[in-house]
Parts: sequence; structure tokens; C-alpha cells
Amino acid sequence: MEPTLKLHQLTKVIGKKTIIDNISLDVYPGEVFGFLGPNGAGKTTTIRMIVGLIKPTKGNVSICGYRVDKQFVQAMNQIGAIVENPELYKFLSGRENLEAFARMLPDVDDKRIQEVIDLVDLTARIDDKVKTYSLGMRQRLGIAQALLNNPRVLILDEPTNGLDPMGIRDLRLFIRRLVEETGLSVLVSSHILAEIELLADRVAIMSRGKIVKVGTVHALIEELASTVDLHVTNSFEVLPIVQGYEGIDQADVVDERTIRISMNVEETAKLNRYLMERDVEVFGLERRVQTLEDLFITLTGGDHIA
Amino acid sequence: MPNPSMLGLIRNEVLKIHRKRRLMVVSIILIVLVSMFTYANYRQIEKQREEQGTVDWRVDLQQEIIDTQNRLASANVQDEFRQILEFQVQQNQYYLDNDINPNYPGAPTFMRVFFSQGTTLVLPLFIIVLMADIVSGEHNDGTIKTLLSRPVRRYKILLAKWLTTLLYTSILIFVTAVVSYAISGIVLGWDGWNAPILTGFQASPTGTFSTDFVHTLPMWEYLLMSMGLSWLVVAAVGTISLMISVLVKNTATGIGIMMAVLISGPLLTSLGSNWDSSKYLVNVNFGLHTYLEGQAPPIDGMTLPFSLLVILIWSMAALAYAFYHFTQKDVY
Repeated sequence: MEPTLKLHQLTKVIGKKTIIDNISLDVYPGEVFGFLGPNGAGKTTTIRMIVGLIKPTKGNVSICGYRVDKQFVQAMNQIGAIVENPELYKFLSGRENLEAFARMLPDVDDKRIQEVIDLVDLTARIDDKVKTYSLGMRQRLGIAQALLNNPRVLILDEPTNGLDPMGIRDLRLFIRRLVEETGLSVLVSSHILAEIELLADRVAIMSRGKIVKVGTVHALIEELASTVDLHVTNSFEVLPIVQGYEGIDQADVVDERTIRISMNVEETAKLNRYLMERDVEVFGLERRVQTLEDLFITLTGGDHIA
Repeated sequence: MPNPSMLGLIRNEVLKIHRKRRLMVVSIILIVLVSMFTYANYRQIEKQREEQGTVDWRVDLQQEIIDTQNRLASANVQDEFRQILEFQVQQNQYYLDNDINPNYPGAPTFMRVFFSQGTTLVLPLFIIVLMADIVSGEHNDGTIKTLLSRPVRRYKILLAKWLTTLLYTSILIFVTAVVSYAISGIVLGWDGWNAPILTGFQASPTGTFSTDFVHTLPMWEYLLMSMGLSWLVVAAVGTISLMISVLVKNTATGIGIMMAVLISGPLLTSLGSNWDSSKYLVNVNFGLHTYLEGQAPPIDGMTLPFSLLVILIWSMAALAYAFYHFTQKDVY
């Protein structure tokens, strides 16, 4: 299957600072792809390069095989996007906004405009000025705008910003239904794991301009749960012993009395026996579900210990 | 017509400006201004009627010539101003000799004066009010991101914005003509379209004044030429304003810069004869009507073709840079 969205060694250098560092990524049809990372990781910059607002210093973006830098018009015909916020003209009505952007697209008629209005359920307020809309309604109008051209790729940058829990749930169901009905690819960025967890099929984790991990959500969750906190009297003495055990992936000192171990949690008992055999006094072994922040630390900041 | 068409893009720009009610604001200011000037004009006529008991323009013009000559006789007139006054005397004398009233009463004469006086400041100000945020506004609202990630090349979007600027220049000139005619006509009368008016006086700051090329035009033809010159100036200001709007993302700053450009024009002109090369500045050349009326240009070497060329070169340079910046720069 050909990827609908392909990032190839994408790099952006501003001044001497490398903002985006050699990102490669494929997103496939019918896939919801989560783009996960803390604020400032470079998610929005990457999205800006995908839609051609920023030129990459190196590498390139292809949408359905069209290069954004060389075949901008063809590439943009295949994509719909909300970058950062749903930016629409507040002094125009919802419908006028859609009509204006429809005039920038090939073959979008009034019928299609009404279709997307119905799809995002804005029919009742579509002729009101956008400045009277709530943030949730603006999000929906933004999505309607992005869907006007029947895109093969839909990009939503932090779409749950400003939505209440009900709104987030609705959005999730909406995106799922959309993907099932049209088979498009959706790239959703977020800094909140819980959102992505329920929505995405695959996830890329971004930190400091790099992609530190790509995988299915399932694998990611498994990894997040596969940490054990070991409570001992002196972490620094015990650490080398723990690292001597073959069944662990990584072990870090958290504080004097705690060592955090990444491992297959099913083997916790075996680790316990191993430690007992070596006269390590174990006060506790605790299975932890990591927060996303912990994962970032493990993935990006823990290098010097392991 | 294949979408996306240039016409559709221009329609979008017009929609945005229309919904911001800018043209309405400009029209209201214009109506207030013209009403005030018309009233001032009316008071002047009344005063003359009281003083002279008549409104014979020949008596009037003769009186004006005498007044000017009296001023020239006094010692405290600056050299440059003296020159202007002397040309005025000669021109008025020429009108008198040929029995042509330069101030034929009526709305068309009011229009002639309004376009002549309004072209350097008022009309450019209006186009700035209309167009200053045409690009910077998209940055302020964040809509630039949506606009530039649609399947339309960036140069087409800016081209649409520039053509919209030219369209609004035309609308502005048209509205000014209609408003000044309609309001002044109530007081001054509606006729005078065919009144003869002289053009072709040639004056230079060095002191030569020639009537060799003087010819008579009907007022409507003169007005068309006058409005054409106004259009050029306003279009140039609109084009430069477009560039500023591309470069300066803050609309208020952009308006400030354009105001400085406009106001420094007349300021430089009054000092200009001491600084010769200031004639190559675009804002010194906005007084195109001086050529039509046969007044001396502020600096020697300035002629109508010269000023037109300077305006054209500056406008094209501004446009070229605007296109370069708009199509090449990253958008954050």
C-alpha cells in the first residue's frame, strides 16, 4: 500500500538551531496517526512544512506521491488541514468562510458545501458570524473547511484544545466514522497521551525536533506499563546488580531508595528471586503505569545512565 | 471557468474588505469633508456678493491679480514663493485676456479643485484605510495559514490582492467623483461640464513661463485627465501600501509607515529646492496636478513624464519586492 503522507528526512534549521531533525514518516490510507510530544517538540513546525507554509532546510514531504515543494497545487488538492487553531474569518459567517475557501479549490459546489456543513453538524448556526461561535464550533467549522476538497489526508493540530470532555468524545467518534466512510488518513497532533490513546492506530513520539519512537498504540501502552519501581536501601549500590540481570531493558536511579526498571512486567517475580539470591534487601517491587512525561524522560533523557 | 480562478480570488478579497465596512467609513468621511468644503465655498461666494455687490468673475479675477501683485510688491516674500505668485499672475492674466473663467461656478469646478487638492493626501489616505491590512490582517487573524495551505500558488493570491487594490482605487476615484459632484451641486449648481478650461502652461522653478502650448479643453475632458492622474497616484500609494502590508505584520505599524511616507512628501517639497535629488523620491512626485494646472514643479527638472516614470519605477519595485517576500518567506 502506498503511503498517503510521506516525510523524507525532513529537517529545518533556523539560524544555527535545528528545529526539526531528520524526520522520516509514512502514513497510510485509513489510518489515524497520532503525533505525540510535549509543547515545543516541533509538532506544529512539522505540520507547517507538510502544508507548505515553511520550507524544509533538507528533505521533503510527499502527499499521495506529489512533492509539496515541486507540485504544491496537486499536493494541496489532496490535503485538508487545521494548523494550530481553526483560523477562519471572524467577520464572515460560517457559510461565507466555506464559500470563500471553496473558490480556492477545483470543483467544489454548493452541494458539497452543504454536505460538509451537515457532516460537522453546524447547520443551525452556519449563517451566523464566526466571531459569535464557541471554540468547539470553530473547530468544527475548521474541520468542515479542511474537508471541502475531499482530501486523502486530513491534518488536525491539537484538535481537542478548548473542547470539553463531551466535545472530545464527539470528535473522536467523528474522526473514526470519517476514516471508516472515506478511507482517508488522519494525522492528529497532541500533547495529551490519553487523547491519542483512544483515537490513533499508530503513534510517533516527538521530542526536541526528533522522532524518538514510532509504533502502534498497543505497543506503546504496553511499554508504558512495563516499568517496575524497586525500593531498596541504597540505589547506587544495587544498580549494578540490577543491571547484571539479563531480563531487563533499562534501569535508572530515581532517588536514593528507588530504581526504575524497564522490563517485561511478567518477569517481576523472577527479578525478585534474582535479587534475593544476591542478598539485596527488597522493600518493595511496584508495577507502574508511566505517564507520557516519564516516557519522554526514559526515551530522551535517560541515555547517560543506561 | 476553471476553479480556482483569479476572479474567484478577487471576489474573496472584495468580500473581506466589504464585510469590514471600510468603503462605508471612507464614504462617510468623504461626505463630511465635501459638505464642509462646499459650505466654505458657499460662504466665500456670499461674502463676495456682499462686498462687491456682484459676482462678475472678471472683476473677481482682476481683483485677484491686483492682490497678488500687491503681495509681490512687499519685501517679505520668499524667493520661491515669489516665483509661484508671479506665475499665478501671468496665468490669471492669460485667462482674462482670453475671456475664460478659470473658476466657472458649478459642481464640475468644485470637482476639479477637490481632485487637485485631494490627490496628494486625502485620497491616498483613503486607499490606505481601505487596503492597509490586506496582507497584515491575515497575519493578525492567523488566517494566512489557511489561505496559503490551499491549492493556489502564493503569487496568485498576492496578485489577486494587488488587482483588488487597483479595483478599489478605481472605486475610490469613482465614489469621490460622485460624492463631490452630488453634494457641491446642491449649492453651486450642476452645470459647467462644457466650460472651457486652459491647460498646457509650462512653468519651471528657474523662472520661465510659457504659454506656447496652452490649449482649451472642455471641463469634462480636463476632469477625466485629472481623475486619471489621481488614479495613478492612488494606485501607486496602494501598491506601496501592499508591500508594507506584506513586510510589516502589524497593521498599525504599517499604517504609521505609510502616513510618514505621505506626509513627508509635501514637507520635502517645501524644502526640496535645496535638495535636488529628492526629486527621485516617489512621495515628492505625487503632486501630478501641478503639471496640468501649469504651476511650477517644486524642483527643477521635474516634468510630467519624469514624475510618471519615478512613480512607475517605485511602484514596480515595491510590487516586485512584495512578490518576492510573499512567495519565498516561511509563514509562522
